[in-house]
Amino acid sequence: MSPNLILEPNLADYDEVYQKIIDMHSGLSDEESQSANAKLILTLANHIGDVGVISEAVKIARDNTLQWRKKDTQS
Amino acid sequence: MPYIPPKYEAVIPQAVHDGGTEQTTVLIVGAGPIGLALALDLGLRGHDIILVNRESQLTDGSRAICYAKRPLEILDRLGISDRMVEKGVSWNIGRVFFKDRAEPVYSFDLLPVKDQKLPGMINIQQYYNEEYNIEALDGLDNVALRWGNTLTSFEDVDTGVLAGIETSEGVYRIQADWLIACDGYKSVTRKMLGMEFEGETFHDNFLIADVKFRKAYPTERHFWFDPVFNPGQSALLHKQPDDIWRIDFQVGWDIDREEIIKPENVSPRIRAMFGEDVEFEYEWISVYTFNCRQVDQMVKGRVVLAGDAAHLVSPFGARGANTGFQDGDNLAWKLDLIINGKADRRLLESYDQERSLAAKINILNSTRSTDFITPKSIVSRQFRDAVLQLSAEYHFARGFVNSGRLSLPVPYPDSTLNTPDEATWGGGVRPGTNCMDAPVSTGGEDKWLLNSLGWKFKLLVFADVGDLSEGQLEGLRLLAAADIPVESIFISQFEAGEFSSLNDISGLVQDRYAAGSGAVYLIRPDQYVAGRWHELDLSKLGVALRRATGKQ
Repeated sequence: MSPNLILEPNLADYDEVYQKIIDMHSGLSDEESQSANAKLILTLANHIGDVGVISEAVKIARDNTLQWRKKDTQS
Repeated sequence: MPYIPPKYEAVIPQAVHDGGTEQTTVLIVGAGPIGLALALDLGLRGHDIILVNRESQLTDGSRAICYAKRPLEILDRLGISDRMVEKGVSWNIGRVFFKDRAEPVYSFDLLPVKDQKLPGMINIQQYYNEEYNIEALDGLDNVALRWGNTLTSFEDVDTGVLAGIETSEGVYRIQADWLIACDGYKSVTRKMLGMEFEGETFHDNFLIADVKFRKAYPTERHFWFDPVFNPGQSALLHKQPDDIWRIDFQVGWDIDREEIIKPENVSPRIRAMFGEDVEFEYEWISVYTFNCRQVDQMVKGRVVLAGDAAHLVSPFGARGANTGFQDGDNLAWKLDLIINGKADRRLLESYDQERSLAAKINILNSTRSTDFITPKSIVSRQFRDAVLQLSAEYHFARGFVNSGRLSLPVPYPDSTLNTPDEATWGGGVRPGTNCMDAPVSTGGEDKWLLNSLGWKFKLLVFADVGDLSEGQLEGLRLLAAADIPVESIFISQFEAGEFSSLNDISGLVQDRYAAGSGAVYLIRPDQYVAGRWHELDLSKLGVALRRATGKQ
């Protein structure tokens, strides 16, 4: 489905990347955390520079979230 | 001294008294900027026009103040741009402010449009545009401008439209071949047609104050997101001629519309913005809300809709009147050919197709600006604020800042009038796209390319006349003399005898059209490219011309 967006494992050190993202929020209020998340997304979007790749990532994020909503209501 | 709109004499035609029915070719309803420009366009083409307007005066207030390059080019073809540009204010510096930060989060320089006749944008009050247009119409005996004449009914008879018109002294009828509705977003004509006008309503209000300051401020556009003087909202400051400033405050949905425009309630806002001791007087105060709407079809029988009657956008990006002028530009040449019996009504389908696309893209752009300026959810506001905070430090984020995108002409890449490229081109102006201007000269006199295009079909031939065979020249002669004439213009440093020629003094025509030696461009009367070829082929040209006039 995804000719451009890389969905195969692509990071050398997952733990490190995950920790960097969590650490970004250290000492921030909820509102500041939302702001930092937005800035991270915008900065990475600019780096990617490809509307097709970004659209695919947006779709995955949204669809996956909606799927879980369905599961939650069913259980 | 606030502007007082000129009053015109209400016109009582003879038919009111003798009960007759008047005949005309085109009845235009609404003498706003779009109706006036269309009356001038079709009038200069020699058609009989009656233009009716309910009121006997121009609308008060500055209203549409931003005129973009493409509308100015259209008005230049009609002969009123020079006055507008001379009177208007050109601005280049824009600054974007956020919250209580005294320094702008960033500033930009629009840079003047290089080597093209008209600037990217000017600011001028709508009533100047209207006055200049009305003065130009005064010189045309075939255009009747009737103030105080209201369209009250019409029926679409097969051969035209039979319209009922009301004046202060009674009613009369006009039998017109065509009716063009330019009667604005509350279009009575559209309602009589029973057309849907669907879209999105934005639950917000904007307060306009046009003021004259005692002291001078720089000629810059300032935009504030969430400023201290208007917390949680936006504000815009824009300069107009006569030292008038347009201040636009976002004021939210839940307001008292009558109270908010009282000067005593506006003044505290202006003092909060410019300081307690600021001295100014009011020119105009108004409050508006907005919608993004569009009709399903811009042509129904012999009735054509143009401008706000057909589509409505938010004001961000100045896409209202600017789009309407381009409707008129697209319509005038097509209707001209149909009226003269040189094309049939199928050509009007392309008006609907091309201009509905333009309306759709304008609505998309203005909705995006609106969503950025007035975020509708918490997360949308968080992203908007994140963009503005990043922008102060990082250049890349400024691209996301959307306080209104400059109104640019919409290309029609899939129009049925286009002949698609059959070869590859390294750039240039693609079929379905408006022509770019460039400096040229002829007979030693400096001119602009666009001033040589328009009104009729033109063929730009990137060659010296001596490079063409006698057969080709004979073909060009036949084209020039045809039912729908195509005038050839050689882009050449040599004169071209019986043909026109333009000297590409700076090489920019060749650059901008990516034209090698021998290339040709077929250009529509609205200065859009219909087709292009690397070499002249008369039979291909003939087919392209049939397509471009709705015959294929």
